[in-house]
Amino acid sequence: MSESRLSLENLENRGEFIHRHIAPSDADIESMLGVIGLDSLDDLVEKAIPSSIISDTKLNLAAPRAEQQALADLGSFAARNQVFKSMLGMGYSDCHTPTVILRNILENPGWYTAYTPYQPEISQGRMEALLNFQTMIMDLTGMEIANASLLDEGTAAAEAMTMVMNASRNKGRKFFISKDCHPQTIEVVRTRAEPQDIEVVVGDHRDGALDEDVFGVLLQYPATGGEIFDYADFAAKAHETDALVVVAADILALALLKPPGEFGADVVVGNSQRFGVPLGFGGPHAAYLATREQYKRAMPGRIVGVSIDADENPALRLSLQTREQHIRRERATSNICTAQVLLAVIASMYGVYHGPTGVGRIARRTHRLSGALADGLERMGFSLAADSFFDTVAVRVGEGGAARIVEKAAQRRMNLRVLDDDTIGIALDETTGREEVEVLWEVFAEDGSAPISFDEVEAEAAVRIPESLRRTSPYMTHPVFNSYHAEHEMLRYIYRLQEKDIALTRSMIPLGSCTMKLNATTEMIPVTWEEFGGIHPFAPEEQVRGYRDFIADLEFMLAECTGFDSISMQPNSGAQGEYAGLLVIRKYHESKNEDYRNICLIPSSAHGTNPATAVMAGFEVVVVGCDSDGNVDIADLREKAGKFSEKLAALMITYPSTHGVFEEGIVEICDIIHRNGGQVYMDGANLNALVGICKPGEFGPDVSHMNLHKTFCIPHGGGGPGMGPIGVVKHLSPYLPKHSVVAGVGPETGVDAISAAPWGSAGILPISWMYIAMMGGVGLIKATQVAILNANYVARRLEPHYEVLYKGANGMVAHECIIDIRPLQEASGVTNEDIAKRLMDYGFHAPTMSFPVAGTLMIEPTESESREELDRFCDAMIDIRRDIQEIADGLMSAEDNALKNAPHTASDIAADEWTHPYSREKAVFPLPWVRAAKYWPPVKRVNNPYGDRNLVCSCLPVENYA
Amino acid sequence: MELPSGLKYSREHEWVRVEGNIAVIGITDFAQSELGDVVYVELPEVGTEVEANNTFGVVESVKAVSDLFAPVSGVVVEANTTLEDQPELVNSEPYEDGWMIRVEMKDDSELSDLLEADSYRAYTEEESG
Repeated sequence: MSESRLSLENLENRGEFIHRHIAPSDADIESMLGVIGLDSLDDLVEKAIPSSIISDTKLNLAAPRAEQQALADLGSFAARNQVFKSMLGMGYSDCHTPTVILRNILENPGWYTAYTPYQPEISQGRMEALLNFQTMIMDLTGMEIANASLLDEGTAAAEAMTMVMNASRNKGRKFFISKDCHPQTIEVVRTRAEPQDIEVVVGDHRDGALDEDVFGVLLQYPATGGEIFDYADFAAKAHETDALVVVAADILALALLKPPGEFGADVVVGNSQRFGVPLGFGGPHAAYLATREQYKRAMPGRIVGVSIDADENPALRLSLQTREQHIRRERATSNICTAQVLLAVIASMYGVYHGPTGVGRIARRTHRLSGALADGLERMGFSLAADSFFDTVAVRVGEGGAARIVEKAAQRRMNLRVLDDDTIGIALDETTGREEVEVLWEVFAEDGSAPISFDEVEAEAAVRIPESLRRTSPYMTHPVFNSYHAEHEMLRYIYRLQEKDIALTRSMIPLGSCTMKLNATTEMIPVTWEEFGGIHPFAPEEQVRGYRDFIADLEFMLAECTGFDSISMQPNSGAQGEYAGLLVIRKYHESKNEDYRNICLIPSSAHGTNPATAVMAGFEVVVVGCDSDGNVDIADLREKAGKFSEKLAALMITYPSTHGVFEEGIVEICDIIHRNGGQVYMDGANLNALVGICKPGEFGPDVSHMNLHKTFCIPHGGGGPGMGPIGVVKHLSPYLPKHSVVAGVGPETGVDAISAAPWGSAGILPISWMYIAMMGGVGLIKATQVAILNANYVARRLEPHYEVLYKGANGMVAHECIIDIRPLQEASGVTNEDIAKRLMDYGFHAPTMSFPVAGTLMIEPTESESREELDRFCDAMIDIRRDIQEIADGLMSAEDNALKNAPHTASDIAADEWTHPYSREKAVFPLPWVRAAKYWPPVKRVNNPYGDRNLVCSCLPVENYA
Repeated sequence: MELPSGLKYSREHEWVRVEGNIAVIGITDFAQSELGDVVYVELPEVGTEVEANNTFGVVESVKAVSDLFAPVSGVVVEANTTLEDQPELVNSEPYEDGWMIRVEMKDDSELSDLLEADSYRAYTEEESG
């Protein structure tokens, strides 16, 4: 008996991760192919994807790396970053993430693998954390309503501008921005204003009266240079001409300062990063927006509201969704599609952890140390550029002295801000201690030694907040911020909330077009390395060589995957990517003196962000018809492209289509647009069906965005963060976004910044790099093949029971399938919503409801689900179908059945009375395997109209939590 | 589907009840049923001029937003403020307490462009067919 000798390569098994990520084993794959009647994965690809778009070029990526090797390789990049103490401020301040939050939320897949709470019954946990966030923000800002987070402070300010433009009675087109706002905020708002024909006027708010045609103003509080201005009079004057007041405020400063709601602000925005979220080289962070009751319908983004469930118990849900782009489309007030939920949860938990006393103490300590620093510098003979401040001290250092001081500080591993040639800005934060203050004095001292005693100076340090602007009103008084200060209490609160939610830790989430694939732990680990998480977005280039090189490497990988020439990482969501891409197209036309091109063709089947974004980018939307399969009506496209040929700017197309079909005509479609002078924007939402097999940059599109939080493994976070970089072909490369604060981010000819941070949410880019590094080209190709296989397998298993719509040629679907519930509704009264709620009883999150077609369910399993899990899901769907049939046949009540009453709670079956015509067992253990790992929905079906008619968006009084 | 015979109907699914030179306007039973539970109605202020076939407001349900189109031109003399607190009246009583605005008509010949109950019924069947 002899064993064949396994090769060393085999024993090293460097491609092992491929089998961790792609769940079906090779044996399963063969068997599933058999069920579909195919021989191989190559055969599958040949049948599912039109040959005209299959790429001939290989994926030129490094071979797959073992998990530990990938970590080591990424570690070499990280080692080339230097973590200095950055005291640059500008909206980013270092802080301590309480470790109980770090380990149990930021590093916990139970929190970070959840999706957006569109199914409220299975999302009560994170929605409660978001409600806490909203309440905390309302308290701190003194405003009446707050949303559940926006993408960053810069875009929040831009959203506020649009919001006040729509809300203001003043129909002028000017927006005034104080020159004392953070520079990146001014830039992002300017970029947003330009295509909307809004004239931005940057000036000094002290300069006198506002123009009559100013509809809104933006102020910074405290100012970027640290000074605390009293804006009450200015706000009153603005209101005289119906100009609305937007204030960008520092969240920690608000603990000590009079809140903007008390001096006339109409909208308040800001960054919540310094409440426990790492700097991350720019993100991800949760921005906030708060406003007055009367403007609530104009608010962008998501709002968590309180409603009731079927038992009339309080239940949370996303309120006022009709404001969002997925419903209003080109009449949406914003294209924002996601939020920064995970980071908003962290910030709100920081509030729960510290409470108002803790937050107040941190604020006071930061202010005290700033005061001591300032006093010491004054004693050393320096003069301050501003007498009032919270945490940012501005010091005059004499003619041209700033550069020298910055250099001396760098030698002590500190970064200070150059406000101008003779002024230095120093922003302290939660992590600052006396040691830093003493070192700073040494840096400023001529001979490096400061002749002052810290204790003496600190003892006499005055409060530098003007008395009229000191906060007197209480904040965070709700019990939730005052009950969990013992660590056990905090820990259990975090776990109680987590247990209410369904995330990927429990079961597959087959949401079509969301690509809920594996977010592997090894991918997540580098995110909290100090060398990645601890860096300020504006840290000097020489300190972030690691980041720059790593980002370039990831850009190379993404360019390889998509066939594009250049990549920009600045957009921090898919919708932001769409926006950036359209601005790039706009600039391209401008460069050819064809800026009269302003027509954007969009298929009627497009996702709502498409038309909303097109309007934001200054285009006029013309809808192109689709056939009954959701394919672009090429005849209609040809006619409209011809009709608008002179003014055609772009086409926005999703490929494969939103219906999951690889439209055969895509090459012709792109050709028609190009021949009529337009550019093609491809929505990359369905990229998971293409990677490694087709390259958009090769078959027609000129620019596309990638959803790194779908295709490339960044977790959904419960509703954000996301990352939406764009790839462009060569002729569009000169127009990729740049950034006014950091050099070398984009080409000089590029569009101005669209995000506050130069590389968007750079801190989560390591996740995608790790995924690509561990999978290698061969792994990525296999992932795409199995994604398509899994979808076709599910379609095949469900086909005898549900009608599968929109199959491509050869009867195949792409990476997702759509089943039609409408005929079942006609026959039985059961809706797709009933099915979605009943799936909760089986422990599953529902597929996508009613997108792209009302009355359907869209299922995307992804390659990360095993055959067992797919079968469990199909078994649940088939079990449900049996019930639907019985209802249709009159054998089961149409009103009182397990579908209409779903989801069933533990309270339901624990009640003494059970009057339903089906058993308790059927209600909560409909199939045997459910019993082994039962998920208990915490609430019954949530009443949606009630929630929108009775809008409550902050924490209820404590009696309701009983 | 309820379709009172004394009313006139527009292709945008509004109804008109003529009271002298005043047009009382709301949305039809068909419209409210398509929209689902109404949660909010945005109506113009008294004194606003409306133009036939242009929008005069917005009706929002949980899952949809629809523009409201004026069937006739004129000046708004009254808006149904009860809908602020009870938007559900649009669903329960689209032709009675769910009325939206009263308009003093500028040109009542515009009424002849509207449909009678039968023609409107046929029109809705065509639309949903």
